[in-house]
Parts: sequence; structure tokens; C-alpha cells
Amino acid sequence: MAAAAAAPGPGSGPGDSPEGPEAEAPERRRKAHGMLKLYYGLSEGEAAGRPSGPDPLDPTDLNGAHFDPEVYLDKLRRECPLAQLMDSETDMVRQIRALDSDMQTLVYENYNKFISATDTIRKMKNDFRKMEDEMDRLATNMAVITDFSARISATLQDRHERITKLAGVHALLRKLQFLFELPSRLTKCVELGAYGQAVRYQGRARAVLQQYQHLPSFRAIQDDCQVITARLAQQLRQRFREGGSGAPEQAECVELLLALGEPAEELCEEFLAHARGRLEEELRSLEAELGPSPPAPDVLEFTDHGGSGFVGGLCQVAAAYQELFAAQGPVGAEKLAAFARELGSRYFALVERRLAQEQGGGDNSLLVRALDRFHRRLRAPGALLTAAGLAEAATEIVERVARERLGHHLQGLQAAFLGSLTDVRQALAAPRIAGKEGPSLAELLANVASSILSHIKASLASVHLFTAKEVSFSNKPYFRGEFCSQGVRESLIVGFIRSMCQTAQSFCDSPGEKGGATPPALLLLLSRLCLDYETATISYILTLTDEQFLVQDQSPVTPVSTLCAEARETARRLLTHYVKVQGLVISQMLRKSVETRDWLSTLEPRNVRAVMKRVVEDTTAIDVQVGLLYEEGVRKAQSSDSSKRTFSVYSSSRQQGRYAPSYTPSAPMDTNLLSNIQKLFSERIDVFSPVEFNKVSVLTGIIKISLKTLLECVRLRTFGRFGLQQVQVDCHFLQLYLWRFVADEDLVHLLLDEVVASAALRCPDPVPMEPSVVEVICERG
Amino acid sequence: MEDDAPVIYGLEFQARALTPQTAETDAIRFLVGTQSLKYDNQIHVIDFDDENNIINKNVLLHQVGEIWHISASPADKGVLATCYNKTADSKVVTCAAVWRMPAELEPGGQESPEDASSPAHALELLCHLEPEARGSTACVAWEPAGDGKRVISLADNHILLWDLQESSSQASLASSASLEGKGQLKFTTGRWSPHHNCSQVATANDTAIRGWDTRTMSQIYCIESAHGQLVRDLDFNPNKQYCLASCGDDCKVKFWDTRSTIEPVKTLEEHSHWVWNVRYNHSHDQLVLTGSSDSRVILSNMVSISSEPFGHLVDDDDLSDQEERRLEEKSQEPPQDSVIATYEEHEDSVYAVDWSSADPWLFASLSYDGRLVINRVPRALKYHILL
Repeated sequence: MAAAAAAPGPGSGPGDSPEGPEAEAPERRRKAHGMLKLYYGLSEGEAAGRPSGPDPLDPTDLNGAHFDPEVYLDKLRRECPLAQLMDSETDMVRQIRALDSDMQTLVYENYNKFISATDTIRKMKNDFRKMEDEMDRLATNMAVITDFSARISATLQDRHERITKLAGVHALLRKLQFLFELPSRLTKCVELGAYGQAVRYQGRARAVLQQYQHLPSFRAIQDDCQVITARLAQQLRQRFREGGSGAPEQAECVELLLALGEPAEELCEEFLAHARGRLEEELRSLEAELGPSPPAPDVLEFTDHGGSGFVGGLCQVAAAYQELFAAQGPVGAEKLAAFARELGSRYFALVERRLAQEQGGGDNSLLVRALDRFHRRLRAPGALLTAAGLAEAATEIVERVARERLGHHLQGLQAAFLGSLTDVRQALAAPRIAGKEGPSLAELLANVASSILSHIKASLASVHLFTAKEVSFSNKPYFRGEFCSQGVRESLIVGFIRSMCQTAQSFCDSPGEKGGATPPALLLLLSRLCLDYETATISYILTLTDEQFLVQDQSPVTPVSTLCAEARETARRLLTHYVKVQGLVISQMLRKSVETRDWLSTLEPRNVRAVMKRVVEDTTAIDVQVGLLYEEGVRKAQSSDSSKRTFSVYSSSRQQGRYAPSYTPSAPMDTNLLSNIQKLFSERIDVFSPVEFNKVSVLTGIIKISLKTLLECVRLRTFGRFGLQQVQVDCHFLQLYLWRFVADEDLVHLLLDEVVASAALRCPDPVPMEPSVVEVICERG
Repeated sequence: MEDDAPVIYGLEFQARALTPQTAETDAIRFLVGTQSLKYDNQIHVIDFDDENNIINKNVLLHQVGEIWHISASPADKGVLATCYNKTADSKVVTCAAVWRMPAELEPGGQESPEDASSPAHALELLCHLEPEARGSTACVAWEPAGDGKRVISLADNHILLWDLQESSSQASLASSASLEGKGQLKFTTGRWSPHHNCSQVATANDTAIRGWDTRTMSQIYCIESAHGQLVRDLDFNPNKQYCLASCGDDCKVKFWDTRSTIEPVKTLEEHSHWVWNVRYNHSHDQLVLTGSSDSRVILSNMVSISSEPFGHLVDDDDLSDQEERRLEEKSQEPPQDSVIATYEEHEDSVYAVDWSSADPWLFASLSYDGRLVINRVPRALKYHILL
């Protein structure tokens, strides 16, 4: 409205006069306004925030809803000067005029529209009338059409039925024709060899013929058909029996025969018989490969051949059988299983024969691969025919082979051990070329040890192939548990170490105690070898084994300590035997020298006898030999210079000589009182006592044996004066050289003293030599 | 139950020869021969009074030389044979002779030991056993069950069978055989088998044991290398035919069946030096005595190869509880060969051991230093065997 534009001007002035006559109901009005404002999207706040805006409740607002002309006029009159009033008035008049003209325009426009609407309605009235007529006509026509249609269908009804009947007859006739033609068709099919087609025809006709067989004509057809079918079946069987064709064709034959209603049981027998024929053929060819002629293909080829030929065939047969004779139920499955079992066992027998040929061979990887193939191949039929137990049997074979293989390796190891011993023997026996030393004992020992160790490692590696991850049978429980613990660890490694100990011990028990078929150096070497095994090698080997074959089996295994104890015992026995043998060698020398000499008529000694020098030389040689392999060992502290000791020996024996005349038979006085008193204070000497693992102990043992022999031999002889002196010289010489080898030099002194004392007793005329002369002679020679 | 302590007797001289007085079955009597080069040698007749544990001795002079071997006649108490050394022309020859002991000694030596200082009696020489070709006689063995008229002597490589006539005063050589072979073969010892009507003799030379038939003087068996080293002694099982024990320098005692000589039936290795002597007990042949130069005497119980059956039926009534228990323990386990006892009374090499001929539970051992020890089988074992 135009008035609204003017309103702010006057409205701003009286803004503070809302309290008017209608102040009594401000609440209600305000509410209504609020709603309106809401409708127009004016927020109350917005309205409130614009204080300069016109107050909608202002009765003086021309455009307001609450406009009160009286109030407005009063206000104007009261507030405005005349000029302004005048202006207002003109303004208002102008506005009124404008409004009037607007209204006129509106009315006029509306009128025109009304008139045109009236015209339209009139025209519509006319059109509807025409339409009504046409509708009436349409209705009549439709009625006529309906009538006609009813009449026509009534007329055609009869014919339709006849046609339907005729169509049925036609179909029947076609079927009949098929039936009548069936014999000839079948014949043709049979002639053409389209057995499948023939069987399908026959199958289609069979039920009908069965149903109408009481009619003579059908009967004839049926008879014909049966004859042909029989021929067909015969031909199929013929083909089936000829069997030249492969398994799939045979399977087809059987399928057709089954469709012809042949008895399934008989068929399945025949089927199996045929399959047997073919598989036996395979087996024969495999057997031929085995054959007596040596150039058999290698084992891998063999198992491949067997796998593809026999096992493949068996798979096909089994699959076809299960497909064809599924209806047979458990009886059929049982038949098949029996069939597979029988043939399978023959196959296994062949494979085992082949594998047995392989046992001697050395190539484990080839064997393992062959076994892997074999095992892998049999998994398919095994899964197909769980009842036949093929997979289990195959696993069993593989296990057996693995076991035999272990045994073979054990033998190999033993042979290697013996071989290396032979090498050592040869090296020891080989004549020494002057100037060129043969391999020393330590080297030989190292050679033997390393060769055995490398053999063991090779065996372990080669046996390890059985448990490789990619091998199909390695996850079988046997290979995870028993094979590792009982097989490899116990029977192979522990078994070998045991047998090694036994072999070594057998050298101690060898009947040739005298001749010493075993060279003493070998005994020494073996003893050291066993000792080394005890200290380190056994635990090393077993740790190696345990690492390579993660033993999961909980079955008890031989602990390392037991083996070590065995090895130690062996080492000890060998060393003791070594001491005995070497002691015996020296003993024999001493004994011969005492026994063969005529001690009564011997001349005054001028030299140490050669045999004593020989004894010292040999002892030195033994000392060197033992020193190569064994540590020095502990010695008793040397009490004094041995030459001082010498003096006392001879003074004692001289004393004896001096005392001798005072003995009388009537005054019983112990003849060798001195030596007896001496014995009271010394320990009993165990001559063949066990030795410790060191050089000194070994040498002590040998010297003890030798000197004791000397003592016993001396006691069996009778000496002249010079004989006694010779013994004196010899003993002094021995004393000079032997003390350094033994743990306790008193021992040597004691034994030598006794020898001299015994010789003095065995002498009717005991005049000992002056110690100084003895020394001179010894130093000279 | 305490076993009686051993009885020890000391001789003045070295000694190797010991024998029981075989013909004497009432008194316990041993004969010991001494070895001395400078003085007159003696034979000590040692009587042991079992009741009082007292030793009585008589000394007989044996002036011809030191005694290496002594053996008593099985028929005549007063007769014995010795092998002795004779030194002549700076040569040592071992001879053998048969002697008779002075008659007054026989009834039993009632003389007190102090009388030993009185002039000793001398032996009466009956005859020499001297072969034509002089050799050293190592050993004389009497026919065990005979009338004391047949004697075998071993001289070097000859085996000589003598007939003693006119109360042993004459010896005539009945037959002889000799061992032929390369090298100097020498018999070391021999033993007459009590079985087969006393027709077999076993001898040892070096490491071999040979059996001889005295009727034909031919060799019947031979165990080559029976021991690793020298064979020192032999003994026949008195109750079981064909059983022979041997010992030697390889420290072993071996038991043989003379019918099958490839392997010993049993081997003992208890001594730590040469075994010089092995003796079966005369009545209970599971008891085997050995003496060795390791100064030990070992009594072994060889049940498994004895003539007595395994396991005795024990009648416990007479035994005290303690004994019963011990016996029960023993009878529970099958009897096993074992060492019964090791006797360590000697301090020098033991060269001779022997059982008493009168008391089967008593034995003597002699070491080189002249110590004679008389011991008994442990009483528990004795009862175990008897009951």
C-alpha cells in the first residue's frame, strides 16, 4: 500500500503510545499476530529488533489491521501542523483515486472472462446431444454382432470335436508305425553298429510292448524285438569280451548292456574279469622288467611305469565300476575292494621285489623319490577304495623299506668302521721307508675319527631324505615319530656306537693272546678313539641327530650317559689289554733271557746284557707311542736323584751277603727279614691292575708286568757268583732308565730290589759286585 | 658265626713244595720241602691238631738238594717222592727219588717243637727215578688209586712210567714216551687222572695240555694253546670224569672237558698275576683252590660245573634262625659260580696250595718266604653244602 510508505514518518513520532483504549486485550491480539508473523516468516525477535518498524498494533497505521480512522484522525489533528495536514490530505486523495481506478480495471477484466465462459458452456451442450445419438446406434450394432457370433459357434461345435479326435488317432498311428518299424530299425542300427541308438529305441518301446503283449500283433513285434535285442546284447558282449578297446569303451558297453536289462551281477563279474586281464597284463610287463636279466630300468622308472600302468588302470577300473554299479550297494563295493586288494597285493609284491634289488644300492635320493612316487600314486586309488587298504599297504611297504634302509646304513657304517681299521692296520704294518716317516698315530686317529664321522653324517643326511617335507609319506606317524627316535637314533646311531664298542672290545678277547693278531698300536688307537667318543663325539653325534630329526616320539631312548659309560668301559678295556700285550712282549724277552742262560757258569759281567738295552729301547718306543695319543698324567713327586737311591739298594743287598754266614739252621731266623720288613711298609703291588687314561699309568702297568716276570723267572734259576753280579748290573741299568716312565719310582726300586734279593738267595756263593763298579759298567754301556 | 682264624707256620727257608700226606686219612698232615742252596734242606712234616688249633712239626733232613716238588704215596704213609736240584760241576740237574720217612715219626709227632733243635732225622732213600738219558725231572705223580707201585715222572720231554718193586726199593722203567717237536719241548707239570681205572695222565708243556694213555703210552688228546702263556698246573675233578682244571701265566683258571677241547667250559680271571696252583676239593668238587704269585689264595665255588646237583634240599630244623635266613637268601637265587673267599695272609708269591687228605674242609698254602697258612672253608658254606 502506498500509505504504508508514509507511515514510518508519522509512526516514528508516536512510537511510545501503545497504551491506548484497547490495552485491555493485548494478550489475545498479540497471540494472533504472533501466529501471522510466524506464517510470514518474521521472527518475533526480528520484529522486536527493529524498533523503528511500524507497530502492527498501531491503530494509526493505515495499512495495519487495527487501523482506527478515528484515532488516526485525532492524532493527525492533534499533532500535525496545517501544512502537513494539507499534504496528507492531498496524498490521501491521490491514493484513493489510484485505488478506485485499479478496482475498475479489475471488474472489467472479470466480466469479459465470464462472458466467454458462458459461450463455451452453450457450445458444449450442443455437442453432447450429437454424441448421445451415436452411442445409441453403437449399442444396437453390438447386439446384432453378439447374436451372429452365437449362431456361428453353435454351428461349428460338432466339427471341432471331430478334428481333435482325428489328431489323436494320427499320433497313435505314428507310434504304432514306430513299433511296427522297430524290428527293422533295430536291425539296421545293429548292422550299422549304432548300439547306443538301438538301445534307446528298445528302451522306448519296451514298456508299451510289455503292456500290449496280449495282442497277437504286438506280441509278434515284441518277439522280433527280443530276438534282435538278444542279438544286440550278444554283439555288445562280444565286443566287450574282445576287449581290445580301452577301458572307457568297455565301460560304455557295460552301460548299454545294463540299459538292456542284463543282470548286473553277472556283468560286474565280467567287467572285473576283464579289468583283471588288463591289469594282469600290466603286472606281467612290470614283472618282465624285474626279470632275471640285470639291465632293469632304475627304480624310479620302474615305479613310474607301475604307477602309470597298473595304478592308473586300477583307478580307471575303480572309477568306472563305481559309476556303473553304484546300484549294487555294499556287495558290489566289497567285490571291487576284494579285487583291488588281490591285484594290489600282487603289485606290492612286485614293487617289493624291485625295492629289494635296490637295497644294496647306495643312492638313497633315487630310492626316496621312487618311494614317494609310488606312495603318491597309490593315494588316488586308496581314496577311491578305502576298504581295499591300498594306501595303508603302501605306507607299510614304505616303512619297511625305510627300516631296511636303516639296517643297510648301519651295516654300511660298520663296514666303513672296519674298513678304516683295516686301513690303519695297513698303515701300521707298512714298512717304514728310511728317512720318510709314515703317518703318525695321531694322524691315523684323526683320519679314522673323521672318516667315521663323515660316514655317520652322510648316513644321517641320506636317511634324512625320508623325512623331507616334500615327500608324501613324511607326515605319516611312523616317519614323524618312531622312524626318528627308534629307527634313526636308536637303531642306527646308538646301534652303530654300540657295535663299534663291541668290535673294539672283540680285539681284547681275540684268542691270539700270544701272537697279538692285533697290532698293539691299533689297540691304543682304538682306546683313544673310544675315549674321545666318550668325552665329546657321542654327545655331538646324538645332538646332531636330535636336531636333524626333531624327535617327537616320547618312547624312551638311550641316554647319552649310558653310551658314554659304555665307550669309556671299552676304552679302559682296550687300554688295559694294550698294557697286557705290551707287558707280555717285554716279559717274554726278559723271560727268555733268564731261562736260556746258564747262570752258574757265566763269566764276570763286563757289560749290560743286550736284552736289557732292548727292554729300555722298547719301553721308550712304547712311551713315545702312547705319548702320541695320551696325556702325560700325574707322577709322584720325585723324591731324590735316582743315583742316590741306587746306592742304598746295593748296600742292602750287600748287607744281606754279609749277614749270611751267621745263619744257622738251628736258629730259625727269617732269611729275608730285610725284604719282609720292607714289604710291611710298602703296599701290595697289583701287577695286572686296571690302568688310567694317561701315559704314565700305561707305562707303569707295562713296567710292573715286566719286572714281576723278571722276578719270578729269577726265582726259578740258580745263580753263580757272576750270575748274581750280572743280575745286579742289569737291574741297575734298568733302574737308571725305567724310573722316568712310571708314576711312582719307588715301585721300580722295590721290584728291582726284590729281583736282586731273590737272585742273591738263589746264589750259593753270593758275592755282590761293588756298587761303583756296577755304575761304571752301566754308564759305559 | 665266626670262622676260625687261619693258622700260620713259618719255615726258615724258602719253600715251594707242599703236599698232603695222601695215605693218611685220620690226621691232618702236610709235607713241606724247603729250598736252600747253602744249607741242608728239610722236609717239614706238619701235623695240625684241629681241636686245639695247634701245629706240631717234625723236621727231616733232605741233604741231597733243594726240593722243587714233593708228592706222597697214596698207599704207604711213610713213602714220598721228591724232585730236587743237584749242583754238580757248575751244572744244575733236577733229579727225582723215592724216600721213606723214619718209622718213629709215623705214629704222630708227639715231640715238642723245641726238640726240633735236636739232630733231625734223615730220610731213607728207597730208589732214584733216573732216566737213562739224564734230564731234569720236573714232577713225579703217583697213581692215585693204586697200591703205590706205579709212578709217573716227567723229565724234559720224556714221560716215564715206573714200577716200584720190593717195597719201593727198586724202580724199573715200565714204559715211556717222549714229546717230539721243534724247539726244546719241556714238560712243566703232570697229573694222573683218578678215573678210567687210572689209565690217563695229563701233562703240560708251554701253553699246551696233553692227555696220555698209560697203557699204550700214546697221546689221546691235546689242547694247543690252552692258556695264553705257560701252563703252570693241572688238576682232575675227582668226582667227575673228563673234567680238568688248568691255570697259567695268563692269570686265568680254565676248566676243560677233555672230550671237547676247542673251548674251555669255564674261565676264571680273579688273580692279578700268574696262577701257580689249582686244586679241586677231593669230596666237594665245586670248591676250587688257586694260588698265585700275586700272593693271594682264592677259594672259588664252581657250582655250575660241579658233580653235585644244583640246589640242595635244605632241612632247616637244626639251624639257627640266622643261618636259616642266610640259607633262604641263598636258595632263592640259583647258585652261581662265585669267589668264596680271597686269603691274603701271604706276603710273597704263593707257589703251592693243597687240600688236606683227612679233612675236606681244610687246606694249606705255602708262599716263597716259607710261610705256611692253614685255612678252613667258611663254616656257613660248609653247612650249606652239607645240609
